[in-house]
Amino acid sequence: MECTAESVAEAMRAVAAVVVEHREELNRLDREIGDGDHGENLARGLRALESKLDEVPSSPGGVLRLAATTLISTVGGAAGPLYGTAFLRAATSVGDVASVDGEAVAAALRAALDGVVARGKAALGDKTMVDALTPAVAAAESVAVTGGGVAEVLAAAAEAAEMGADSTVRMVARKGRASYLGERSEGHLDPGARSTALVLRTLAGRAR
Amino acid sequence: MIGLVVVSHSRQLAAGVAELAGQMAPSVAIVPSGGDGQGGLGTDYVAVGEAITQADSGSGVVVLFDLGSAKMVADMAAEEAEGSVVVVDAPLVEGAVAAAVRAQGGAGLAEVAAAAVGAGSVSAASVVDGEVVRADVELTNPVGLHARPAALVARALAPLDASVVVRFGAESADAKSVLALMGLGAPGGARVEVVASGADAAEAVRRVQELAVRGFDE
Repeated sequence: MECTAESVAEAMRAVAAVVVEHREELNRLDREIGDGDHGENLARGLRALESKLDEVPSSPGGVLRLAATTLISTVGGAAGPLYGTAFLRAATSVGDVASVDGEAVAAALRAALDGVVARGKAALGDKTMVDALTPAVAAAESVAVTGGGVAEVLAAAAEAAEMGADSTVRMVARKGRASYLGERSEGHLDPGARSTALVLRTLAGRAR
Repeated sequence: MIGLVVVSHSRQLAAGVAELAGQMAPSVAIVPSGGDGQGGLGTDYVAVGEAITQADSGSGVVVLFDLGSAKMVADMAAEEAEGSVVVVDAPLVEGAVAAAVRAQGGAGLAEVAAAAVGAGSVSAASVVDGEVVRADVELTNPVGLHARPAALVARALAPLDASVVVRFGAESADAKSVLALMGLGAPGGARVEVVASGADAAEAVRRVQELAVRGFDE
Protein backbone atom coordinates (compact mmCIF):
# COMPACT_ATOMS: atom_id res chain seq x y z
CA MET A 1 0.00 0.00 0.00
CA GLU A 2 1.54 3.26 -1.11
CA CYS A 3 0.47 6.88 -1.32
CA THR A 4 0.87 9.38 -4.14
CA ALA A 5 1.14 13.17 -4.35
CA GLU A 6 -2.62 13.46 -4.76
CA SER A 7 -3.35 11.33 -1.70
CA VAL A 8 -0.85 13.30 0.42
CA ALA A 9 -2.46 16.54 -0.77
CA GLU A 10 -5.91 15.15 0.08
CA ALA A 11 -4.64 14.19 3.55
CA MET A 12 -3.21 17.69 4.11
CA ARG A 13 -6.58 19.23 3.11
CA ALA A 14 -8.18 17.01 5.73
CA VAL A 15 -5.58 18.16 8.29
CA ALA A 16 -6.53 21.76 7.50
CA ALA A 17 -10.22 21.01 8.02
CA VAL A 18 -9.62 19.19 11.32
CA VAL A 19 -7.34 21.89 12.74
CA VAL A 20 -9.81 24.62 11.76
CA GLU A 21 -12.50 22.56 13.52
CA HIS A 22 -10.32 22.22 16.66
CA ARG A 23 -9.06 25.81 16.53
CA GLU A 24 -10.88 26.89 19.69
CA GLU A 25 -9.76 23.84 21.65
CA LEU A 26 -6.11 24.50 20.77
CA ASN A 27 -6.49 28.20 21.60
CA ARG A 28 -7.97 27.28 24.98
CA LEU A 29 -5.12 24.87 25.79
CA ASP A 30 -2.63 27.56 24.78
CA ARG A 31 -4.41 30.22 26.86
CA GLU A 32 -3.88 28.09 29.96
CA ILE A 33 -0.08 27.93 29.66
CA GLY A 34 0.90 30.13 26.68
CA ASP A 35 -0.37 33.09 24.72
CA GLY A 36 -3.59 31.57 23.42
CA ASP A 37 -3.05 31.68 19.67
CA HIS A 38 -1.84 28.17 18.75
CA GLY A 39 -5.13 27.13 17.16
CA GLU A 40 -5.53 30.43 15.35
CA ASN A 41 -1.96 30.40 14.02
CA LEU A 42 -2.03 26.80 12.84
CA ALA A 43 -5.46 27.21 11.25
CA ARG A 44 -4.26 30.29 9.35
CA GLY A 45 -1.23 28.42 8.01
CA LEU A 46 -3.19 25.35 6.99
CA ARG A 47 -5.85 27.44 5.25
CA ALA A 48 -3.07 29.09 3.27
CA LEU A 49 -1.73 25.65 2.40
CA GLU A 50 -5.19 24.50 1.34
CA SER A 51 -5.48 27.29 -1.21
CA LYS A 52 -1.99 26.58 -2.56
CA LEU A 53 -2.95 22.92 -3.02
CA ASP A 54 -5.33 23.89 -5.83
CA GLU A 55 -2.27 23.04 -7.86
CA VAL A 56 -0.85 19.78 -6.48
CA PRO A 57 2.93 19.30 -6.77
CA SER A 58 4.08 16.29 -8.77
CA SER A 59 5.42 14.16 -5.89
CA PRO A 60 4.57 13.40 -2.24
CA GLY A 61 7.83 15.13 -1.27
CA GLY A 62 6.75 18.19 -3.25
CA VAL A 63 3.49 18.40 -1.29
CA LEU A 64 5.39 18.12 2.00
CA ARG A 65 7.82 20.82 0.85
CA LEU A 66 4.96 23.13 -0.07
CA ALA A 67 3.45 22.50 3.37
CA ALA A 68 6.79 23.36 4.98
CA THR A 69 7.38 26.66 3.19
CA THR A 70 3.76 27.73 3.63
CA LEU A 71 3.65 26.95 7.36
CA ILE A 72 7.03 28.60 8.05
CA SER A 73 5.90 31.87 6.55
CA THR A 74 2.25 31.95 7.67
CA VAL A 75 1.95 30.24 11.08
CA GLY A 76 4.21 32.51 13.09
CA GLY A 77 5.33 32.04 16.67
CA ALA A 78 7.40 28.98 17.49
CA ALA A 79 4.91 26.63 15.83
CA GLY A 80 5.69 28.00 12.34
CA PRO A 81 9.41 27.19 12.34
CA LEU A 82 8.84 23.91 14.20
CA TYR A 83 6.07 22.53 11.97
CA GLY A 84 7.88 23.98 8.95
CA THR A 85 11.09 22.20 9.90
CA ALA A 86 9.19 18.94 10.52
CA PHE A 87 7.59 19.00 7.06
CA LEU A 88 10.81 20.18 5.39
CA ARG A 89 12.84 17.31 6.87
CA ALA A 90 10.08 14.86 6.01
CA ALA A 91 10.11 16.15 2.42
CA THR A 92 13.87 15.72 2.17
CA SER A 93 13.62 12.22 3.62
CA VAL A 94 10.95 11.20 1.10
CA GLY A 95 12.83 12.67 -1.87
CA ASP A 96 11.40 12.84 -5.39
CA VAL A 97 9.77 9.41 -5.60
CA ALA A 98 6.26 9.21 -7.08
CA SER A 99 4.78 7.27 -4.17
CA VAL A 100 5.80 6.30 -0.63
CA ASP A 101 5.38 3.09 1.37
CA GLY A 102 5.17 2.43 5.11
CA GLU A 103 8.92 2.30 5.54
CA ALA A 104 9.36 5.70 3.83
CA VAL A 105 6.64 7.20 6.04
CA ALA A 106 8.36 5.94 9.20
CA ALA A 107 11.68 7.33 7.97
CA ALA A 108 10.05 10.68 7.18
CA LEU A 109 8.56 10.82 10.69
CA ARG A 110 12.00 10.11 12.16
CA ALA A 111 13.51 12.91 10.06
CA ALA A 112 10.73 15.26 11.16
CA LEU A 113 11.38 14.49 14.83
CA ASP A 114 15.14 15.00 14.43
CA GLY A 115 14.45 18.35 12.77
CA VAL A 116 12.09 19.51 15.50
CA VAL A 117 14.59 18.52 18.20
CA ALA A 118 17.43 20.30 16.39
CA ARG A 119 15.34 23.45 15.85
CA GLY A 120 13.63 23.73 19.24
CA LYS A 121 16.28 22.06 21.43
CA ALA A 122 13.56 20.34 23.42
CA ALA A 123 14.03 16.88 24.92
CA LEU A 124 11.54 14.20 25.91
CA GLY A 125 9.70 15.31 29.06
CA ASP A 126 9.99 19.06 28.40
CA LYS A 127 6.20 19.27 27.71
CA THR A 128 6.35 20.03 23.99
CA MET A 129 5.36 18.47 20.66
CA VAL A 130 8.47 16.28 21.06
CA ASP A 131 6.55 14.32 23.72
CA ALA A 132 3.94 13.36 21.12
CA LEU A 133 6.28 12.90 18.17
CA THR A 134 8.92 10.74 19.88
CA PRO A 135 6.63 7.82 20.80
CA ALA A 136 4.89 8.23 17.43
CA VAL A 137 8.18 7.66 15.59
CA ALA A 138 9.05 4.63 17.72
CA ALA A 139 5.62 3.09 17.07
CA ALA A 140 5.80 3.87 13.34
CA GLU A 141 9.22 2.27 13.03
CA SER A 142 8.20 -0.89 14.87
CA VAL A 143 5.27 -1.36 12.49
CA ALA A 144 7.32 -0.47 9.40
CA VAL A 145 10.04 -3.08 10.10
CA THR A 146 7.41 -5.83 10.09
CA GLY A 147 6.32 -4.71 6.62
CA GLY A 148 3.35 -2.58 7.62
CA GLY A 149 1.80 -0.31 4.97
CA VAL A 150 1.26 3.44 5.15
CA ALA A 151 -2.12 3.08 6.91
CA GLU A 152 -0.80 0.74 9.62
CA VAL A 153 2.32 2.84 10.20
CA LEU A 154 0.32 6.06 10.56
CA ALA A 155 -2.32 4.42 12.75
CA ALA A 156 0.36 3.25 15.18
CA ALA A 157 2.01 6.68 15.10
CA ALA A 158 -1.31 8.45 15.78
CA GLU A 159 -2.17 6.24 18.73
CA ALA A 160 1.28 6.66 20.31
CA ALA A 161 1.17 10.42 19.70
CA GLU A 162 -2.18 10.69 21.49
CA MET A 163 -0.82 8.80 24.50
CA GLY A 164 2.33 10.92 24.40
CA ALA A 165 0.29 14.13 24.25
CA ASP A 166 -1.81 12.99 27.23
CA SER A 167 1.38 12.34 29.18
CA THR A 168 2.28 16.05 28.94
CA VAL A 169 -0.52 16.89 31.40
CA ARG A 170 1.58 15.88 34.40
CA MET A 171 4.80 17.45 33.08
CA VAL A 172 6.34 20.75 34.11
CA ALA A 173 7.26 22.75 31.01
CA ARG A 174 10.96 23.31 30.36
CA LYS A 175 10.74 24.77 26.84
CA GLY A 176 8.60 27.35 25.09
CA ARG A 177 6.45 30.03 26.62
CA ALA A 178 4.85 27.61 29.10
CA SER A 179 8.26 27.20 30.76
CA TYR A 180 7.90 30.75 32.10
CA LEU A 181 5.12 29.38 34.34
CA GLY A 182 7.37 26.77 35.95
CA GLU A 183 5.44 24.44 38.31
CA ARG A 184 2.16 26.12 37.38
CA SER A 185 2.34 24.55 33.92
CA GLU A 186 1.64 21.14 35.49
CA GLY A 187 -1.89 19.82 35.08
CA HIS A 188 -2.35 21.22 31.57
CA LEU A 189 -2.21 19.43 28.22
CA ASP A 190 0.48 20.91 25.97
CA PRO A 191 -1.14 22.51 22.90
CA GLY A 192 1.77 21.64 20.59
CA ALA A 193 1.66 17.99 21.60
CA ARG A 194 -2.12 18.02 21.15
CA SER A 195 -1.94 19.51 17.65
CA THR A 196 0.78 17.02 16.68
CA ALA A 197 -1.47 14.13 17.72
CA LEU A 198 -4.40 15.69 15.83
CA VAL A 199 -2.34 15.99 12.64
CA LEU A 200 -1.12 12.39 12.85
CA ARG A 201 -4.62 11.05 13.64
CA THR A 202 -6.00 12.86 10.60
CA LEU A 203 -3.22 11.60 8.33
CA ALA A 204 -3.86 8.06 9.61
CA GLY A 205 -7.59 8.40 8.93
CA ARG A 206 -6.88 9.37 5.31
CA ALA A 207 -4.33 6.66 4.55
CA ARG A 208 -5.64 3.74 2.58
CA MET B 1 32.36 44.62 5.14
CA ILE B 2 30.25 42.42 7.40
CA GLY B 3 26.55 43.30 7.48
CA LEU B 4 24.10 43.02 10.38
CA VAL B 5 20.46 42.00 10.61
CA VAL B 6 18.39 42.86 13.67
CA VAL B 7 15.41 40.50 14.14
CA SER B 8 12.74 41.53 16.62
CA HIS B 9 9.10 40.72 17.28
CA SER B 10 8.54 44.48 17.11
CA ARG B 11 9.10 46.46 13.93
CA GLN B 12 9.87 49.57 15.95
CA LEU B 13 12.34 47.80 18.23
CA ALA B 14 14.26 46.36 15.27
CA ALA B 15 14.32 49.75 13.55
CA GLY B 16 15.43 51.51 16.75
CA VAL B 17 18.29 49.13 17.41
CA ALA B 18 19.46 49.47 13.81
CA GLU B 19 19.26 53.26 14.09
CA LEU B 20 21.29 53.32 17.31
CA ALA B 21 24.00 50.95 16.09
CA GLY B 22 24.10 52.71 12.72
CA GLN B 23 24.94 56.01 14.34
CA MET B 24 28.25 54.52 15.46
CA ALA B 25 28.98 52.59 12.31
CA PRO B 26 27.86 54.68 9.33
CA SER B 27 29.25 52.41 6.59
CA VAL B 28 27.85 49.14 7.93
CA ALA B 29 24.67 47.72 6.39
CA ILE B 30 22.39 47.21 9.40
CA VAL B 31 19.03 45.91 8.24
CA PRO B 32 16.10 45.71 10.68
CA SER B 33 13.50 42.97 10.32
CA GLY B 34 10.71 43.28 12.84
CA GLY B 35 7.05 42.36 13.13
CA ASP B 36 4.96 39.67 11.47
CA GLY B 37 4.58 41.51 8.18
CA GLN B 38 0.90 42.23 8.82
CA GLY B 39 1.36 45.06 11.26
CA GLY B 40 1.43 42.86 14.35
CA LEU B 41 4.06 41.55 16.73
CA GLY B 42 5.95 38.52 15.47
CA THR B 43 8.68 37.51 13.10
CA ASP B 44 8.48 36.96 9.37
CA TYR B 45 10.71 34.22 8.01
CA VAL B 46 10.61 35.48 4.43
CA ALA B 47 11.38 39.06 5.49
CA VAL B 48 14.34 37.92 7.60
CA GLY B 49 15.72 36.06 4.60
CA GLU B 50 15.39 39.18 2.44
CA ALA B 51 17.08 41.27 5.14
CA ILE B 52 20.03 38.87 5.17
CA THR B 53 20.37 39.15 1.39
CA GLN B 54 20.20 42.93 1.64
CA ALA B 55 22.84 43.10 4.40
CA ASP B 56 25.30 40.79 2.66
CA SER B 57 27.96 42.53 0.61
CA GLY B 58 29.66 39.18 0.04
CA SER B 59 31.70 39.00 3.26
CA GLY B 60 28.98 37.63 5.50
CA VAL B 61 26.21 38.64 7.89
CA VAL B 62 25.73 38.53 11.65
CA VAL B 63 22.10 38.15 12.77
CA LEU B 64 20.90 39.29 16.19
CA PHE B 65 17.46 38.41 17.62
CA ASP B 66 15.33 39.51 20.55
CA LEU B 67 13.66 36.48 22.13
CA GLY B 68 11.88 33.15 21.84
CA SER B 69 10.88 32.08 18.35
CA ALA B 70 12.87 34.90 16.75
CA LYS B 71 15.92 32.65 17.21
CA MET B 72 14.26 29.78 15.34
CA VAL B 73 13.19 32.06 12.51
CA ALA B 74 16.70 33.54 12.32
CA ASP B 75 18.26 30.07 12.33
CA MET B 76 16.02 28.87 9.50
CA ALA B 77 16.61 31.97 7.40
CA ALA B 78 20.37 31.64 8.00
CA GLU B 79 20.35 28.01 6.87
CA GLU B 80 18.53 28.95 3.67
CA ALA B 81 20.78 31.95 2.93
CA GLU B 82 23.36 31.85 0.13
CA GLY B 83 26.32 33.43 1.91
CA SER B 84 28.00 33.02 5.29
CA VAL B 85 25.58 33.87 8.06
CA VAL B 86 26.07 33.61 11.82
CA VAL B 87 23.15 33.88 14.25
CA VAL B 88 24.41 35.13 17.61
CA ASP B 89 22.82 34.82 21.03
CA ALA B 90 23.74 38.25 22.35
CA PRO B 91 22.10 41.13 24.21
CA LEU B 92 20.24 42.91 21.41
CA VAL B 93 21.25 46.55 21.95
CA GLU B 94 24.78 46.11 23.29
CA GLY B 95 25.42 43.25 20.88
CA ALA B 96 24.31 45.26 17.85
CA VAL B 97 26.43 48.26 18.87
CA ALA B 98 29.53 46.18 19.58
CA ALA B 99 29.16 44.18 16.37
CA ALA B 100 28.49 47.27 14.25
CA VAL B 101 31.58 49.08 15.52
CA ARG B 102 33.74 45.99 15.00
CA ALA B 103 32.35 45.58 11.48
CA GLN B 104 33.01 49.26 10.73
CA GLY B 105 36.62 48.62 11.72
CA GLY B 106 36.87 46.03 8.99
CA ALA B 107 36.80 42.89 11.14
CA GLY B 108 35.85 39.49 9.74
CA LEU B 109 32.73 37.45 10.38
CA ALA B 110 33.99 35.49 13.39
CA GLU B 111 35.36 38.59 15.07
CA VAL B 112 32.16 40.60 14.56
CA ALA B 113 30.08 37.71 15.89
CA ALA B 114 32.39 37.40 18.91
CA ALA B 115 32.08 41.14 19.59
CA ALA B 116 28.28 40.77 19.75
CA VAL B 117 28.41 37.75 22.03
CA GLY B 118 31.02 39.30 24.31
CA ALA B 119 29.03 42.52 24.65
CA GLY B 120 27.01 41.11 27.54
CA SER B 121 29.99 40.79 29.84
CA VAL B 122 32.41 43.63 29.41
CA SER B 123 35.27 42.71 31.68
CA ALA B 124 38.10 44.92 32.85
CA ALA B 125 40.93 44.97 30.35
CA SER B 126 43.98 42.96 31.27
CA VAL B 127 47.28 44.67 32.03
CA VAL B 128 49.40 44.83 28.96
CA ASP B 129 52.58 42.75 28.91
CA GLY B 130 55.77 43.11 26.91
CA GLU B 131 57.02 46.25 25.19
CA VAL B 132 54.59 49.01 26.13
CA VAL B 133 53.83 52.44 24.71
CA ARG B 134 51.99 54.88 26.99
CA ALA B 135 50.54 58.35 26.74
CA ASP B 136 48.45 60.67 28.84
CA VAL B 137 45.59 61.99 26.77
CA GLU B 138 43.28 64.87 27.61
CA LEU B 139 39.69 64.54 26.43
CA THR B 140 39.28 67.98 24.93
CA ASN B 141 35.73 67.51 23.68
CA PRO B 142 32.78 68.53 25.91
CA VAL B 143 31.30 65.09 26.51
CA GLY B 144 34.37 62.87 26.86
CA LEU B 145 34.27 59.19 25.91
CA HIS B 146 30.55 58.86 25.26
CA ALA B 147 29.11 56.72 22.51
CA ARG B 148 30.29 58.43 19.33
CA PRO B 149 33.86 59.27 20.41
CA ALA B 150 34.21 55.78 21.91
CA ALA B 151 33.11 54.33 18.60
CA LEU B 152 35.68 56.48 16.76
CA VAL B 153 38.47 55.19 19.03
CA ALA B 154 37.40 51.55 18.76
CA ARG B 155 37.13 51.82 14.98
CA ALA B 156 40.50 53.51 14.60
CA LEU B 157 42.19 50.78 16.61
CA ALA B 158 40.34 47.76 15.24
CA PRO B 159 42.66 47.04 12.27
CA LEU B 160 45.85 47.43 14.31
CA ASP B 161 47.96 44.60 15.66
CA ALA B 162 48.02 45.93 19.21
CA SER B 163 46.31 45.41 22.53
CA VAL B 164 45.27 48.79 23.83
CA VAL B 165 43.94 49.67 27.25
CA VAL B 166 42.47 53.01 28.29
CA ARG B 167 42.74 53.77 32.01
CA PHE B 168 40.59 56.30 33.80
CA GLY B 169 41.02 56.51 37.57
CA ALA B 170 40.95 52.98 38.92
CA GLU B 171 39.11 51.62 35.88
CA SER B 172 40.58 50.25 32.69
CA ALA B 173 38.93 49.27 29.42
CA ASP B 174 39.77 47.42 26.22
CA ALA B 175 40.08 50.30 23.77
CA LYS B 176 38.78 48.20 20.87
CA SER B 177 35.47 47.69 22.68
CA VAL B 178 33.09 50.63 22.36
CA LEU B 179 31.01 49.36 25.27
CA ALA B 180 34.00 49.02 27.56
CA LEU B 181 35.18 52.54 26.67
CA MET B 182 31.74 53.97 27.37
CA GLY B 183 31.70 52.06 30.65
CA LEU B 184 34.67 54.09 31.86
CA GLY B 185 32.43 57.16 32.08
CA ALA B 186 35.34 59.48 31.32
CA PRO B 187 33.85 63.00 31.00
CA GLY B 188 35.03 65.96 28.90
CA GLY B 189 38.17 67.57 30.27
CA ALA B 190 39.29 64.35 31.97
CA ARG B 191 42.73 62.84 31.43
CA VAL B 192 43.02 59.18 30.53
CA GLU B 193 46.09 56.99 30.10
CA VAL B 194 46.49 54.97 26.93
CA VAL B 195 48.65 51.87 27.22
CA ALA B 196 49.42 49.77 24.16
CA SER B 197 51.56 46.77 23.32
CA GLY B 198 52.12 44.76 20.16
CA ALA B 199 53.58 45.49 16.73
CA ASP B 200 51.37 48.54 16.12
CA ALA B 201 51.48 49.87 19.70
CA ALA B 202 53.01 53.23 18.78
CA GLU B 203 50.55 53.76 15.93
CA ALA B 204 47.65 52.86 18.25
CA VAL B 205 48.64 55.49 20.79
CA ARG B 206 49.21 58.03 18.02
CA ARG B 207 45.71 57.46 16.62
CA VAL B 208 44.07 57.98 20.02
CA GLN B 209 46.12 61.15 20.60
CA GLU B 210 45.19 62.46 17.19
CA LEU B 211 41.47 61.87 17.77
CA ALA B 212 41.66 63.59 21.16
CA VAL B 213 43.48 66.60 19.73
CA ARG B 214 40.76 66.94 17.10
CA GLY B 215 38.17 66.88 19.91
CA PHE B 216 36.81 63.68 18.36
CA ASP B 217 35.54 65.83 15.48
CA GLU B 218 32.81 67.41 17.64
